[in-house]
Amino acid sequence: MSDRSRGTWLLAGPLLALLAWLVVFPNIQVIAGTFAHGLDSWREFLASPGDREALRTTLVISIGSVLAATAIGVPLAFLLTRFDFPGRRALGAVATLPNALPPLVGVVAFLFLYGESGVVTRSVQHLLGLEHAPWTFTGIWPILVIHAYTMYVYVYLFVAAGLERYDSSLDEAAAGLGAGRALRLRRITLPLLTPSIAGAMLLVFMSSLASFSAPYVFGGGVRVMSTQILASKLNGAMGLAYVETTVLALTAVAALVLLRWFERRRSYAMTGKGRVSRAPIVSRGARTAAAVTAVIAVALLLLPHAMLVLVAFARDGVWTTQLLPPEYTLDNFARLARDTQLWIPIRNTINMTVLATAANIVVCFAAAYLIVLRKFRGRRALELLVILPWAIPATAIALGLASTFNRNDPLAARVLLVGTFWILPLAYFIRGVPLVANAIQGSLAQMDPSLEDAARGLGANWWLTLRHVIFPAARPGLIAGAMLTAIMGIGEFVASVVLYTHSNRPVSIEILAQLRDLSFGTAAAYSVVLIVMVLAITLGARRWESKLVRAETAVLG
Amino acid sequence: MRTPSSLTLDALTRRFSDRNVVDAVSLTVPAGQLLALVGASGSGKTTTLRMVAGYETPDSGRVLIDDTDITGTPPQSRDFGMVFQHYALFPHLRVGENVAFGLEARGVNKPDRERRALDALTTVGLANAAQRTVQSLSGGEQQRVALARALVIEPRVLLLDEPLSNLDPTLRRDMRDELRATLHRLGVTALFVTHDQEDAFAVADRVALLANGKLLQAGTPEELYDAPASRAVASFIGHAALVPASNDGARVSIAIGNTTHAFAAHGTARGNVLAVLRPDALALARDGAPRTWKGTVTSRRFAGGHVAYHVRLDDRTTVEVVSTDRGAAEGSTVSVTIAREPVAVVAP
Repeated sequence: MSDRSRGTWLLAGPLLALLAWLVVFPNIQVIAGTFAHGLDSWREFLASPGDREALRTTLVISIGSVLAATAIGVPLAFLLTRFDFPGRRALGAVATLPNALPPLVGVVAFLFLYGESGVVTRSVQHLLGLEHAPWTFTGIWPILVIHAYTMYVYVYLFVAAGLERYDSSLDEAAAGLGAGRALRLRRITLPLLTPSIAGAMLLVFMSSLASFSAPYVFGGGVRVMSTQILASKLNGAMGLAYVETTVLALTAVAALVLLRWFERRRSYAMTGKGRVSRAPIVSRGARTAAAVTAVIAVALLLLPHAMLVLVAFARDGVWTTQLLPPEYTLDNFARLARDTQLWIPIRNTINMTVLATAANIVVCFAAAYLIVLRKFRGRRALELLVILPWAIPATAIALGLASTFNRNDPLAARVLLVGTFWILPLAYFIRGVPLVANAIQGSLAQMDPSLEDAARGLGANWWLTLRHVIFPAARPGLIAGAMLTAIMGIGEFVASVVLYTHSNRPVSIEILAQLRDLSFGTAAAYSVVLIVMVLAITLGARRWESKLVRAETAVLG
Repeated sequence: MRTPSSLTLDALTRRFSDRNVVDAVSLTVPAGQLLALVGASGSGKTTTLRMVAGYETPDSGRVLIDDTDITGTPPQSRDFGMVFQHYALFPHLRVGENVAFGLEARGVNKPDRERRALDALTTVGLANAAQRTVQSLSGGEQQRVALARALVIEPRVLLLDEPLSNLDPTLRRDMRDELRATLHRLGVTALFVTHDQEDAFAVADRVALLANGKLLQAGTPEELYDAPASRAVASFIGHAALVPASNDGARVSIAIGNTTHAFAAHGTARGNVLAVLRPDALALARDGAPRTWKGTVTSRRFAGGHVAYHVRLDDRTTVEVVSTDRGAAEGSTVSVTIAREPVAVVAP
């Protein structure tokens, strides 16, 4: 064995073992748990009308969310990348704003706006002079509305990126051959955007499948798999919870395999250069329509954020039947800083996110380095291990951890983490692995692999090569990945709700507790704190990267 | 094939941020002829082509087909065929479907469009390629499929945007001949944009030279080469030493060092002019031959069938001479004469 392959294995061996332990082992525990009493748990699942309904509803919601997000995201991407009209810039600036809302925070905003006592609901009630609220905002529809609002962003971003890369001479060629707008769209543009659209649809489907916050808050009597798992766990029916988790995870993996297969079949390299040219909308009627749509869309997109900010200044306990909160105060924010009990969740969220992100950076950098720049026998396995947590719904990850790290038994590779502070950072870390590893792999793939050999050939040792060649190449992905995982950690709710204890409760869990206490102002203030943290991380990451790029340009210049 | 149409560009102008990228270009391509629009990158040739195709809207000027103004007609209604620089073959359609796409857009039924696509592929020598994927084609095959796709709709005018620029040198030479032969056989009116004058000379009946958005000269390849209308044309087309001279209208006197010789002149410039001395119009002469200049060989480059010599005739004048005579060594003294008259003159 050469020095180099020995070095590769010294890194790859422990890494494979660590990821197998944290990612695969808990899932094996879950699957094994389904057979703890023979096939009883499976029989119970199959015989339970509630579970069958939950599975059906989950699929209906997921497919509905895909359709709704696609119906919004695709036209929006075309509108913003292909056309110029009054209001385009404003709409473009806020089009990705729903992404800045952590899942539960988005749900809270919708509750304040469209819930039975929400501002929009009451406005409509007043306007129409109705005795009761015009809707209750519970059931499948509100879940679909929230999914459409938060998840169209994936479709929009994927399709817009696809259109940026799109070789516009293909459309010109089709036009030159006599094809009108509809034929071009049907036969050329849309088929070529299939990989982008399919990728986005997959992401929406997986997110909907794993979605917890919206069904939890707005579901009413509606059962979905993710909430069903928590209910079974709380009822102590662990066997059933394991079966539900396995079924949900298998559904996700099946969707992943199916859509990846479809995506690969329809993936074509573009030979020409992508060129984006925005055609001004010339017809006066169409321009007006586009501008009005833009104004309404901007308002709708900003409304949840604006609502949260407004309620964050509302005095707790006085907003009852009025249209808007009657009294405003700075007290909610002051209490978050002053009151230790209210400050603890913020401190927890920050600590756990920082820990998880730091671990993600170290582990994923090593994994990405091995996957992209080293050839060794376990490479495919490592690739699979880092992507696997993406395919597994967060509830399933959490239940796997809960069933694996619930006792100290070193011989069985078990450590007691459940009930301690560490279980949540671990869950965040596992959820962050695919995000960070994928981003770093993307950056490293752009590096010429011979650079590392060149540095070694010039006499640089391992550390010098890492510091001056590999790390700078990985950096953009590292910063982007760290940003994504930190944002996920800040707002994490789904795994937290399964695994938290009172002492390590994060902000998201505390928001839910405050809502239950009807302390809307405090819940909204927490939500605003989370949004500010997300914005600060996003801006900070962008700043940091551009500062580093500027510094490098100055050195080179 | 339908009866070919003529194409006219009438004072076509396009401005980008207050700069005229195409500046009042007027040109006619007679029916069935091939005109090459040549220019360096940024000269406005592709913008001109895109205005003719309808992808760009001119700020002023007109595009006429026969005598019909089609300036405002959208691309899909112009009945033009276009071959793009990177061919723009639809990557998700098979070769046959690519070629048949224009017929599909015209509502031709499936059996007819399959038959006509096969005919078009046969025309370009790819009769068996209909079922192949675009990705399996070589560069030359892609170019021919793009040509077949543009020709199958029997276009009134065929537009070609640098169709040879993506091919390797050997293939490029073959494709030039093939392209010219195919287009002539079909009698298509074609406008062909290229930055490569060799492509233009090899393929086109007439060549128009564009620089900074302006049309400098249009004519047959021989006219542009032998009788450039200006210093800019003489510099861009072929290699040439531009040597100060004087022209009395019939003869041009060229003074190099202390020796002046007179030759028959071609060109409208009078008085102080520049004589355009092409490498192939010069020759190495034996000692004692009339009307020669002595010079020193500063470098020689063997190019297979001939040798290109750089000969310094005096402190200011170095000319390139191509000769089948391989005997002159670097540093040797040779005699140079002008072997082909008349000598083109341009205003300095």
